[in-house]
Amino acid sequence: MLLALKNFPGKFLIKGFFSTLIGIPTVALGLILYLIFSKGGPLGILNILYTPTAIIIGEAILVTPIVVSFATTAIEAVDRDIMNLAKTLGASEAQASIAVLKEALNGVFLAGIASFNRAIAELGVAILVGGGIVGWTEVLTTGIELETARGNLEVAIALGIILLTLVFGINLAVNLFQRRRK
Amino acid sequence: MSYIAELRNVTKTFDQITALNNVNLKINDGEILALLGPNGSGKSTLLKILAFLEKPSKGEVYFWGKKVTGKNMPEMRMESTMVFQKTILFSTTVYNNVAYGLKIRKMPKIKVNEEISRALRLARLEGFEKRNAKKLSGGEQQRVALARAFALNTKLLLLDEPTANLDPKNVSIIEEVISTANRELKTTIVIATHNMFQAKNLPHRIALINDGKISEVGMPAEIFGRFSKTLASFAALENTFAGNAKIMEDDTTLVDIGNGVHLVTATQSSGQVSVFVSPEDIILSKDLVVSSARNVFKGRIVGVSDFGSIVRLKIDVGKQFVVQITKRSFNEMQLNVGSEVYMAFKASSVHLV
Repeated sequence: MLLALKNFPGKFLIKGFFSTLIGIPTVALGLILYLIFSKGGPLGILNILYTPTAIIIGEAILVTPIVVSFATTAIEAVDRDIMNLAKTLGASEAQASIAVLKEALNGVFLAGIASFNRAIAELGVAILVGGGIVGWTEVLTTGIELETARGNLEVAIALGIILLTLVFGINLAVNLFQRRRK
Repeated sequence: MSYIAELRNVTKTFDQITALNNVNLKINDGEILALLGPNGSGKSTLLKILAFLEKPSKGEVYFWGKKVTGKNMPEMRMESTMVFQKTILFSTTVYNNVAYGLKIRKMPKIKVNEEISRALRLARLEGFEKRNAKKLSGGEQQRVALARAFALNTKLLLLDEPTANLDPKNVSIIEEVISTANRELKTTIVIATHNMFQAKNLPHRIALINDGKISEVGMPAEIFGRFSKTLASFAALENTFAGNAKIMEDDTTLVDIGNGVHLVTATQSSGQVSVFVSPEDIILSKDLVVSSARNVFKGRIVGVSDFGSIVRLKIDVGKQFVVQITKRSFNEMQLNVGSEVYMAFKASSVHLV
């Protein structure tokens, strides 16, 4: 929000930084996080490698650039005069900012769905920091990888179908919701 | 008479540009005041200061005798609202657009519905509640913006060129709505315009503004009766020309506006006059057509501005005229900058001001 509405020195650098990170290979990010969280690493003391916490942190870092870049672009695309319009109709600064955010809602939705898609479908971070421990840090993608490697193709295919259904289903629901709003 | 708002020695600068230069202006309670001046003369800035959206760089603003400060600006904003030149709508229904300010004021739902019906009736938009505001025509959108402002019942209503770039039908609806609101709701209205004709007929008083300065304030009859002093301000307005009038044998008047251009008007007058031709009264054709129009000129298109369904053309016939036509005619006639065209309008379309 701040990034979109305020001008400050170095703004383009921050925006450039985030938009570059959108394309970071998940394996590379996973490896970096592995090194950070592993016993000898700077945050090894936290002892969270191969835990669900590590996966959550990893996926959050992975999608932050997507959220920031998409949301900033969406908010910037809103007519600057919406702020003045809201104010002249009696809105406070905070209420006027909410009005701008509402106008950008479609873009913010898009940021959410793109993040979700990236996080649920990626393997690199999940397997490197999660380890794919059955019953503990196993996620759909690591499950598919593991079962395929073991030769349990039926299970792998079933998990694949679940993953696809989940992604399609949620995307469809968001699309329908957006259509209704229009 | 009491003043609703007063500007004292107000100067407003943006970076290096001085938008307003030492402006003093009093706005009477219950009046319609027109700010008449060319584009870029400071009209919008003055309105934004009266809407408490901008702070003056220098000088003071008073509202109901109370000095406006950075601290009480949000509170003051509740009593003054502005309709912008560019129509801005929230991407939602007409109902939600009009309801926005009422909900901010925490009005009960029943009252909100009442106010919305009243405002939509005034703007002739009954039954539009559930329509998507952004999918309406240009004129309807601007009427939604007006209804949204009227619904708030503020003491002061500021309109920035509310009829610019609209077709004649919507212009007359909007002008009527403005008069009605002023008459029946006693709303004080300040309207910025560069349309001479509007300035002459709509307001109680006119303030002439040019280069960020107010050169004169008075009743329309006074302002339009004093040509010599205000000619300079008028010359910058579109389709407004100063010239020498001479009554002809057929009781029409011929006005020489210079560069070999003579206009025929149905009104009789002689000597120094100012004339105005409404941009939508001018008919364009690619070839010379025989018609009852007394004023026919051949010229060249020197500028094109696209406003959605409407296109505004600048045509040089020795003097520059602004002509407004529909996008459809513009496309059908395959016009562009440099095209040669004929411009025709009736003697009765030339207004002496």
